[in-house]
Amino acid sequence: MIKNEKLKLIAAVAALVSAAAGSAQAQDTIKVGILHSLSGTMAISETTLKDTMLMLIEEQNKKGGVLGKKLEPVVVDPASDWPLFAEKARELLEVEKVAVVFGCWTSVSRKSVLPVFEELNGLLFYPVQYEGEESSKNVFYTGAAPNQQAIPAVDYLMNELGVERWVLAGTDYVYPRTTNRILETYLKSKGVADSDIMINYTPFGHSDWQSIIAEIKRFGSAGKKTAVVSTINGDANVPFYKELANQGISAEDIPVVAFSVGEEELSGIDTGPLVGHLAAWNYFMSLPTEENDEFIEKWHAFIGDSKRVTNDPMEAHYIGFNMWVKAVEKAGTTDPAAVQEAIIGVAVPNLSGGIATMMPNHHITKPVFIGEIQEDGQFEIVWETPGTVVGDAWSDYLPSSKDIMADWTPPLMCGNYNVKTGQCSGQKYE
Amino acid sequence: MERRPARRPAADIGRHGVTFFRSRRRKGGRARLVTGFLAFLAFAHAALASPEFAETLERLGAAKSYEDRLLAARRLAESGHPNALAVLGDLLEGRLYTTRTDGRVVVAETAGEGYAIRDPATGEDLGRVGRRDVTRIGLNNQLRSSLRMLIAKLRLEDDNKSRRLAAIEEIGRSGDAEMIDVLAELAGREHDDKIKKAIETAIAVLRLDAEDAETRIAAIEAVSGNMSAHVRAKLTRLAGDDSLDAETREAAARALERIEAKAERYELLSTMFFGLSLGSVLVLAAIGLSVTFGIKGVINMAHGELIMLGAYTTYVVQQAFPSAIDYSLPIAIPAAFVVSGLVGIAIERGIVRFLYGRPLETLLATFGVSLILQQTVRTVFSPLNRSVTTPSWMSGSIEIVPGFALTLNRLYILAFSLVVFALLLLVLRYTRLGLEMRAVTQNRAMAKAMGIRSDRVDMLAFGLGAGIAGVAGVALSQLTNVGPNLGQAYIVDSFMVVVFGGVGNLWGTLVSGLGLGVVSKLLEPEVGAVLAKILVLVFLILFIQKRPSGLFPQKGRAAEG
Repeated sequence: MIKNEKLKLIAAVAALVSAAAGSAQAQDTIKVGILHSLSGTMAISETTLKDTMLMLIEEQNKKGGVLGKKLEPVVVDPASDWPLFAEKARELLEVEKVAVVFGCWTSVSRKSVLPVFEELNGLLFYPVQYEGEESSKNVFYTGAAPNQQAIPAVDYLMNELGVERWVLAGTDYVYPRTTNRILETYLKSKGVADSDIMINYTPFGHSDWQSIIAEIKRFGSAGKKTAVVSTINGDANVPFYKELANQGISAEDIPVVAFSVGEEELSGIDTGPLVGHLAAWNYFMSLPTEENDEFIEKWHAFIGDSKRVTNDPMEAHYIGFNMWVKAVEKAGTTDPAAVQEAIIGVAVPNLSGGIATMMPNHHITKPVFIGEIQEDGQFEIVWETPGTVVGDAWSDYLPSSKDIMADWTPPLMCGNYNVKTGQCSGQKYE
Repeated sequence: MERRPARRPAADIGRHGVTFFRSRRRKGGRARLVTGFLAFLAFAHAALASPEFAETLERLGAAKSYEDRLLAARRLAESGHPNALAVLGDLLEGRLYTTRTDGRVVVAETAGEGYAIRDPATGEDLGRVGRRDVTRIGLNNQLRSSLRMLIAKLRLEDDNKSRRLAAIEEIGRSGDAEMIDVLAELAGREHDDKIKKAIETAIAVLRLDAEDAETRIAAIEAVSGNMSAHVRAKLTRLAGDDSLDAETREAAARALERIEAKAERYELLSTMFFGLSLGSVLVLAAIGLSVTFGIKGVINMAHGELIMLGAYTTYVVQQAFPSAIDYSLPIAIPAAFVVSGLVGIAIERGIVRFLYGRPLETLLATFGVSLILQQTVRTVFSPLNRSVTTPSWMSGSIEIVPGFALTLNRLYILAFSLVVFALLLLVLRYTRLGLEMRAVTQNRAMAKAMGIRSDRVDMLAFGLGAGIAGVAGVALSQLTNVGPNLGQAYIVDSFMVVVFGGVGNLWGTLVSGLGLGVVSKLLEPEVGAVLAKILVLVFLILFIQKRPSGLFPQKGRAAEG
C-alpha cells in the first residue's frame, strides 16, 4: 500500500515537472524502453529479443541516432511475472520517461501492460504472433495475426498436401483456444465435417504424450490424409515430437504444422525426430535475401557467436524499430500522439525482400512462409503467399468479431468499430 | 520380437563398395556378384569418375524445383554408378551441398566452424569451407519419401537382412503397382522365410489397388489380419469408395472389423503400459524426495533442481564425448549421482541442518536455493534449452505382436526406475548406512543413545536422496526438455506421490506413483489431459482428508509422537 502511495506521489510530481518543462524537453538522448523477461520461464525466448533491440539501437546510434539525438536503451526485467510487467511498464513510462517501449511475449503479459499504456498514453511494439481480437491505440502489433499465420498454413495443407482430416492440438490457454476456434470455423466453412476434426488441449509443459499420440495415430488411420495443426507451447513440443517419432509416425504420414516452433526453439533440441514437420512463419533464417544475410552477419558480430540463430519475432522487432524511427523522423518529435498519427502508412523493408507497411488497424503487412524442419535446425521454405497479407485485428471467422474492425485514422479512430451497429465501444474489448 | 527403428530420415546408409555394387544390379543374381566385384575392382576408378554421373549430379545441383531434383535423383538411381546409393543417402540426410562459387555438388560434414567437403562421386577430399560458402540442396516431404523409395528399390537385394526387410516394407507402404512384378521375382529367389512372408504381404498390399475385383478381394483376404496403419487406411478407403463393387466394399469392411476388434484389445494393453511408464517417471522423480522427506520431514523444494542438475550432467557428458553418444547414459548415471549428491550434501550442510524441526523455514530456504540453482544454470548454460541426444538404442519402438508396439525409451525408463527402486531398497535394508537411516527415522533420540551419529546420517541421507534425484534427471533428459525449468515441472508431482504413498515409505512411493500414473492414463482418453490432472488432484485432496498419512502410514513411535 505504501508503495502505491509513493508511486502516486511520484506520478503526481512527475506530471507537474513534465507539465512545467513542456513537451519539448531539452534532453541529450531519447530513451527506448525494453520490456522483456530476462529471468523466469520466459527468459528462454525473451532474452534474445532484448539483445536484438540493443543491437538495433546501437546500429541506429552509429548512423547518428534519431532527430540528432542518441538513443538510450532502458532495460528492465519483468521476470516472467505478469503483474510485474505492468509495474515495470509504469516504471518505464513514468520514471524513466521512455519515448517508446518494445516488449512482451505472452498474450497475458500484453494484456497486463495494456491498461498502463492506455492510461499513460505510451507506445508499445509487440513482436510476437498472437490470437488477434485486439487493437489498441497504444499498441503496434508487428507479429502475425491469425490470418497471417494459421489460416495460410491450413490453406497450404488443404490445397498442396490434400489434407482432409485435422487434429487441432494446443496448450490450454488463450492463444491456442482462440486460434483453434478460428480454425475450426474456417475449416467448417470449407466443408470439413465435424467428425474430421479432433481438438485436443493439454496443460502447460505437458510431457507425457503417449496416449494422445496413440489417439492421433488412430484418428489418422481412417484412410484420409491427416495433419496436426499444433499450437502447443514451447516446452511441451520436444516430448511431443519425440513421442511421434517413437511411435513411428513420420512427417510423411502425418505432418505437423506448428506456430510456435522456430529456429530458436530448435537450437535447443535433438532435431532428428522433427525433420520434415512444418512451421508457418513470416520470416525464416534460411531466407536467401541480401537483407537477411546482412542482418544475420550483424547479429553474429553483435552477439559474438556465429552459431546463434535469428527468428521471426526478431524480424518483427527489426521492422517495428525501423517503423518507429521513420515515424519519429516524419513527425519530427517523439511525442506519442504525433508518432501514432505519423506511423500509419509508414513502409519499411522487411528481411524477406519485401516491404512492411503499418496499417490503420496497427497491424502490419507480412508475407507468409511455410518451412519444413531440416536436420540442421533450419527450415526449407516450401511455400509462400504470392504477396503480403494484411493483419486482421478482428477475425472474420468468429461470430463475435466478424462485424468488428479497427481503424485508428480519423474520422473513425476506433479499435473496435462495429460496422453493423455503427458503434465504437472504445478501448473496452468486450 | 522384432526391433523397429524409429523412422528417422537419418537412415543407416552404409558407404562401402560391396553393398552398393551389389544392390545396383537389380536383376542380377547372387552368383554374378563375385564376378561383378572383380570387375568393379578393375574398373573402379574409371567407373567412379564417370562423366555421365557427374553431369547428373550437376543437374541435381542446378535444379530449382523439387520436381527437377527428383528427376535428377531418379537418373542417379538408374545410373548404376557404384556410389549412387551413397549419394542418394547423403541427399536424403541433407549432406549434399552446392558450393556458392561454382555450384559444384559436394558432400559436406560439419567440421569445427565450417564444413569438410568431398566429391560425391569419387570421394576425393576437397578441403574445408566456411559455413556460408555452401548451400544445402533442400528437400521437402514428397521428395524425401520418393528418395526413400528409390533407395528401397536399390536395396531390395542388399546383403543385410534387416535392410532388405526394411526396403520391402517401404515398398509395401508406398510403392506402386509396377513393383509387384519385381517383388514377385524377388520372392522366387529369397531364402529367408521371414522376408519371403514380408514380400508376400507387400504384394498383397499393393494389389489392394488392383483394377480387377477378384485380385482385389483376394488381396483383402490376404491382409485381413494385418495391423499396419497404411493397410488400415487403404481398407477404410476401399470400404467407403462408392465407385467400387459391393463385394469389394463388403470384404474390406469385414477385414476392417477384424482389425478393429484386435486393435481394441491392444488398446487396453497400451493404456496400461502408458500408465505404468508415466508412473515409473513419477516414482523416479519422487523416490529421492521420499528419502529426504523421511528424515525429520524436511521439505526440500530444491528437489526439482537436483533433478535438473542430473539432466544437465547428461548434457555435459554428451558434450564431452560427442562421438560416444550411445555410451553417454551409462557414464552420465554415476556422474549425475555424484554431482547432485554433492550439491545435496552442500545444501544440507550449509542450510538445512540449521533449520531442522522448523518445516516452514526449511521450505522457504530450500525454495530460495531452488531459485538460485535455476538462475545459476541460466547464467552458466544460457536460458535456452540444451540439446540432449537420444542414443540410438533408445529410439523407436519394439513390436511385441503386429499392431502392439512399446516405445523403447519408455520401456528402458520403466525398467530403470524399478532397478533404482530395488537398489535403494537393498541399500536401506542391507547396509550400515541404511540401518542407521532407518533407526534415525524411527526414533532419533534412541538412535543417538545407541551411538549413531545422527548428524552424519542426516547428511548422507540427504546426499543419497539428492543423488537419486540426479539419476532421475538422466532419465528425464531422454523424455523432456533439458532447461532451467525442468525441475519445476516435476516438483509438484513428486510431492503428490510422496504424500499419497505415505511419508518416508518407499513401497508407498512405488505403489502411489504407478497407481497415479495408471489412473491418469485411464482417465485421459475419456476426459482429456487437463481435466484428468484436475480429477487426480481432487481425488488426492479428498483422500488426504480421510487418511492424512497416506496409503501406507509410518508405524512406530515416531509416527505416534
